[in-house]
Amino acid sequence: MSLLGIEWQQVGAIAAKEFRDRIRNRWVLAITLVFTVFALVISYFGAASQGSVGLQGIEATIASLVSLVIYLLPLIALILGFDAIVGERERGSLDLLLSMPITRFELLLGKYLGLAAALTSSTVIGFGLVGIIIGLNLPLDALYQYVGFMLSSVLLGLVFLSLAVTVSVFTQDRTRASGIAIALWFFFVLVFDLLLLGALVLSGGQVMGALFPYLLLLNPADVFRILNIFGQDDLRTMYGLSSVFPAALANPAYLGAIMSAWIILPLGLAAWRFRQ
Amino acid sequence: MIEVHRTTKAYGPIHAVDGVDLSIGAGELFGLIGHNGAGKSTLFKLMLGLVPANSGEIRIEGQPVRGAGFRQVRRRLGYLPENIVLYDNLTGLETLQFFARLKGAPSASCAGLLTRVGLGQASQRRVRTYSKGMRQRLGFAQALLGAPRLLFLDEPTNGLDPEGIREFYQILREMQDDGVTIVLTSHILSEIQQRVDRLAVMRNGKIQAVGSVQTLRQAADLPLYFELTLADGAEPALQQALAGLTLDPIQFAPHRATLRCARAGKMALLAAVTSLGEQVLDLHITEPSLEDVFLGYSGGAA
Repeated sequence: MSLLGIEWQQVGAIAAKEFRDRIRNRWVLAITLVFTVFALVISYFGAASQGSVGLQGIEATIASLVSLVIYLLPLIALILGFDAIVGERERGSLDLLLSMPITRFELLLGKYLGLAAALTSSTVIGFGLVGIIIGLNLPLDALYQYVGFMLSSVLLGLVFLSLAVTVSVFTQDRTRASGIAIALWFFFVLVFDLLLLGALVLSGGQVMGALFPYLLLLNPADVFRILNIFGQDDLRTMYGLSSVFPAALANPAYLGAIMSAWIILPLGLAAWRFRQ
Repeated sequence: MIEVHRTTKAYGPIHAVDGVDLSIGAGELFGLIGHNGAGKSTLFKLMLGLVPANSGEIRIEGQPVRGAGFRQVRRRLGYLPENIVLYDNLTGLETLQFFARLKGAPSASCAGLLTRVGLGQASQRRVRTYSKGMRQRLGFAQALLGAPRLLFLDEPTNGLDPEGIREFYQILREMQDDGVTIVLTSHILSEIQQRVDRLAVMRNGKIQAVGSVQTLRQAADLPLYFELTLADGAEPALQQALAGLTLDPIQFAPHRATLRCARAGKMALLAAVTSLGEQVLDLHITEPSLEDVFLGYSGGAA
């Protein structure tokens, strides 16, 4: 079946194998358990520092989970995808795959979709189980917020998976690919905000102040944070976002589009490079 | 069927394939020989469109190998890479089914193919439990998926035992009878010299010679060996009979003599030996082997 010039049977064959590999080696199960356990623990003990334990309000729970997801999910996605292509090349199996009637783009797309299915399954099932448990005591609009958090988590995972697959196309060996993947995690999760704050302080808030919200959009982890925090009044105040981030930019559809661009652009770059 | 025209592939300053011209006809069993690093595998990759050439053009069934139309050719093409790497976590049958799906070949043919290459009993075992020979057989089965009209086999008998090698060539013979074009490389020259229609000798990225084994032998002009079994006291008569001929020194052993002569002097030598009548009890002429021919063309590098 050919659609948009792509033979989807070949894409499906590659994607199905990648997904089945992750099911068979229990990767999906392990990551699902990690998400479930961490999310449950954070939901229950998230307010322990304020002297109370037990399930909190949905806003506080999501705030705690956002912090967890921002650290954990990018790392898991990068580890999942960094050797997608370079691993095949290094093992010597890439030539055999490319001798088949499949284009390089179809191979890349199949790899990405298979890994994305594994990551999305773990994210949705892991956080979904917790959602069911805590959802028993919550009103419908709180559940709506939780579903939004889950969807944005899926998007965040797909963004970093896209970056990982791109790294795997550009590098010549797995060691270098893993190093670059970890460096990307450090940059987006730890360093980017510090650099931004440093620049803000150094410029005395004059120039950087106006640019600051736009620069935040250059980091998908920040976009994810804004997506989940800005829509909730208490959290927006708590994080101080009201003063630095204009409401006009915080439209979920707009932020979702930015996250989607973060998925498509690196993959497009990878496809271009892989074709060379 | 396969047309390679003035094709060059360089990696930095190294010309892995250097100005190669080659034409392989439909239904031909063609061998590619050369020392390690001669450029055989790179030429394979160029012919399969896996790497772009720096210059020149390669067409298979009229299609440029890097063109969009080559996808259809790939459906009728089988490839067994040197040192094949398969997926350890799949069973033999799952491996074939995966590649069948990629190739658009019917999944139902997989079990039969595994039986054909001698893996019928091991089809449900994970590939990680396979020996090197079994992996090679599975790789060969993969190359046979989709009833290919063209087979590229890079060192296909690596890791196979003698029985496996015999079975492998039996299948190749059947495929050749069906008109399949086969291109293979091998380090075991004695194995392919009786089986290929033509072969090419590669050295430092260039084709040194192309032709049938017999043609290459003649073109290489390597000496022939005459081994004579002599009657008692026949040595002086032999030396006298050969006195007028240009020969390397004769090597004598009790009742035996070994002579080396150029191909052009064969008939004169034969006449001289025949003139000795019953003093020569037996005569055996040895043609240069493919190894000799190969070493002659490759400058002695094996």
